[in-house]
Amino acid sequence: MSGEVVLDVRDLHTHFFLRRGVVKAVDGVSFSLRRGEVLGLVGESACGKSVTALSLLRLLPQGAARTVQGKVLLDGEDLLTKSDQEMRRIRGRKIAMILQDPQTSLNPVFTIGNQLREAIAKHFAGPADTVFQRAVDALRKVKLAAPEQRIHQYPHQLSGGMKQRVVGAIAISCEPQVMIADEPTTALDVTIQLQYLQLLKEIQKVSHMAILFITHDFGVVAKMCDRVAVMYAGRIVESGPVRKVFNNPAHPYTQALIASVPKMKVQVDRLHTIEGQPPEFSDMPQGCRFAPRCALADDHCRTAYPPTYTVGTEHTANCWKLEESA
Amino acid sequence: MRRYILQRLWQGIILLALVTTIVFFLGRLTGNPVDLMLPEDATEEDRIALIETLGLDAPMYKQFGIFVVNVLQGDLGVSHRYRRPVVEIFFSRLPNTLKIVPAAMILAMIMAIPLGIVSAVRRGSMIDRVSGTIAVLGIATPNFWLGILLIYIFSVQLGWLPSARMGTPLHYVLPTITLGTFLVAGFMRLIRSSMLDILDSEFVKLARIKGLSETTVVWKHCLRNALIPVLSLWGVFMGGLVTGAIVTETVFAWPGIGRLTFEAVIFRDYPLLQAVIIMDAVLILLINLMVDILYAYIDPRIRLAE
Amino acid sequence: MMRNLPWLSVGIIVAMLFMAIFAPLISPHSPIDQSLPEKLIPPVWEEGGTTKFILGTDIFGRDVLSRLFYGARVSMIVTALALLVGGGVGLVIGIVSGYVGGRLDSLLMRIVDAALAFPTILFALLLAVTMGQGLQTIVIAISLLLWARFARVVRGEVLAVKGRDFVALARVHGCSPMRIMATHILPNVLNTFMVLLTLHVGVVIVAEASLSFLGAGVPPPTPSWGLMVAEGRGKISSAWWLSLIPGIAITLVVLAFNLFGDWLRDRLDPKLRQL
Repeated sequence: MSGEVVLDVRDLHTHFFLRRGVVKAVDGVSFSLRRGEVLGLVGESACGKSVTALSLLRLLPQGAARTVQGKVLLDGEDLLTKSDQEMRRIRGRKIAMILQDPQTSLNPVFTIGNQLREAIAKHFAGPADTVFQRAVDALRKVKLAAPEQRIHQYPHQLSGGMKQRVVGAIAISCEPQVMIADEPTTALDVTIQLQYLQLLKEIQKVSHMAILFITHDFGVVAKMCDRVAVMYAGRIVESGPVRKVFNNPAHPYTQALIASVPKMKVQVDRLHTIEGQPPEFSDMPQGCRFAPRCALADDHCRTAYPPTYTVGTEHTANCWKLEESA
Repeated sequence: MRRYILQRLWQGIILLALVTTIVFFLGRLTGNPVDLMLPEDATEEDRIALIETLGLDAPMYKQFGIFVVNVLQGDLGVSHRYRRPVVEIFFSRLPNTLKIVPAAMILAMIMAIPLGIVSAVRRGSMIDRVSGTIAVLGIATPNFWLGILLIYIFSVQLGWLPSARMGTPLHYVLPTITLGTFLVAGFMRLIRSSMLDILDSEFVKLARIKGLSETTVVWKHCLRNALIPVLSLWGVFMGGLVTGAIVTETVFAWPGIGRLTFEAVIFRDYPLLQAVIIMDAVLILLINLMVDILYAYIDPRIRLAE
Repeated sequence: MMRNLPWLSVGIIVAMLFMAIFAPLISPHSPIDQSLPEKLIPPVWEEGGTTKFILGTDIFGRDVLSRLFYGARVSMIVTALALLVGGGVGLVIGIVSGYVGGRLDSLLMRIVDAALAFPTILFALLLAVTMGQGLQTIVIAISLLLWARFARVVRGEVLAVKGRDFVALARVHGCSPMRIMATHILPNVLNTFMVLLTLHVGVVIVAEASLSFLGAGVPPPTPSWGLMVAEGRGKISSAWWLSLIPGIAITLVVLAFNLFGDWLRDRLDPKLRQL
């Protein structure tokens, strides 16, 4: 199924420097992405998932945020040491990204063809008609109907689902090795979400692209991903193959996330929710960060941060309660 | 697009009709329109003749009818002071105004666009703060005083530039700067604030994700979007431009239609003023229409509204 | 809140209000008494100046300083009245139009659009010629400039407030529209209204000065800063102080009000930023 490691993130730390203090949005995150696989990065809002993605591309808001530590190895080369010019050659070409809201991802004053061709021409200089042809091909790959006509249209003339396909087309147009999808279906109609996910899977099968799939929805993870990393308050608390994590979640947070996915076939009186809120970044607890909301937490949990325990093959989690079974 | 333009044109015509009506009624407001329309040395014969021509002894609606018919035929009355048909005077002065107003606007655009963009991109830097200060001053300084100040500095004290009337290319400098200043200030602030909004938008993020250079991102993706509010808020600038033209031409004794308006006021030349206003209205509506077309051209959402 | 106040701006505003209110008490001379033998005396720091006339005299021998103080008064009175009338009318129309909605709203907004599309200075000039110069004329003229802007912004606010729950509740309780508009809608748009008022003071002062400059404002001999600039224009090469000093006053005051208005807007209603 999967091949060699194409993206290796090691101990990534990204801090935001605000007037009220330093916010450690990404506080020691490590994961690896293999060719041909989909890795899900799951967590509630503001847990640091999107910041992680921006850190990989080095597109953090200038002045406000900075990656202060870590290595991001793409094909063995550390992206964090690259110059701006080198990064621009890599963005779009080796790593691509899909953003969440199709309504705002496209520039309203240019045709979708213009925006597509611009991406292609940046990385593959060539005569205009070759670029044009590549653009039409990209639209075809994302199953946009009548691509030769649509390519001359403006974003406002397309529906949300179509726009998101265009964004997908832009991402795959330069045949990247890695694609980061940041909540790509969250803003789409529910009826279209499944179609889009299937599309991504098909594209991946052909191209063997590695996909980092960011979402807050464990249900989508189950449908889409091969492996999953669960993120909470800036750190990864569990990771492993999707099947294993789903059937045997080791971390209480993961268990709660999975429990809150509404199941169609089971009748329930109340939907499961997780009590409480994630901690403020300025007020991070000493020990395990999930302790304030965890039913199993004790004093030890609250004072010391749990190390990584191996729960199964390639399945790890950070919880003191796993000490017994380790 | 065509529908949009026709709609705007229609609105303009209605506005014109409204203006004409108001101008007419204001003239009859004082209850003594005859005196208003005649110079001071008019004889009794003149009075009777005027009453007849304008039908001032007829009921109001009839008077209005006569007025409208006259206007549509291009007869807007005769000026007291010049003893010539107003339309004639207007068109003889119009070219002079057309020499400085577009120049001021172009100057404003050339200065405001780069300054606005750079201020936004390098927010908080020295250039942002300096241009921000100049903009704030530019808006606060009344047009007429700026002109006089410039005359004082460059004409009286330094003797570099002439202070009044037309003549050499040098004569164009001060009036253009005076007229252009508040435009530069206003445009610059508007462009800066819309740039700041745009720089935060998702499509700019996506442009960077594609690997485009920052120059392309700013000048291709941001600029066009940043100009849109300038065009849609054009009406605000138009008002200031008209005031500016009147005042600037007055200060520099520039023989254009702005100064003509001033003369009409100062000499209580009512027929002249009435007519100038109507003609100004036509001119303004034409300019507004052009701006609307430009706006539709730049923003495909308007151009291709389904 | 006090710490971040733009002190310089507030200081200038207070100084101007002081000048305006206490003009009769602090003016060394009458602003309109002429004294031809003492005409065109330069300010005290120039050669030929005297402490009798700190800022010099004009072509009729009138004291510039005193005229400056009384001019502040004229500006303030005209501004206050114009804002009251223009702003008031705009407020009422905005509330009614926004709350009642429907065809009345469409009609009123069309009129507002028309008014906004046309430069009001031309009407102001027309009014000055037909109604004659005077306080009444100029207040009406400037109000014409303001009402449409206020109406449009207030209406926008009303639309937002209208949808809130407490309004629906009031309707359920059987309150009449008049009552709802007065007791529920009005207080909630007051914030925006206040900010609009301060943001437009500068505009009104410049409008009054410009109209006076063009001879369409408050009639002489009442001093208005704009009129003073106009009167001094002919003598710019020999008596710079006649035009330049009142102009500096106008610029400083407008600057102060603009900066203060921006500060107030940022604190109370940042979404008005587009203005």
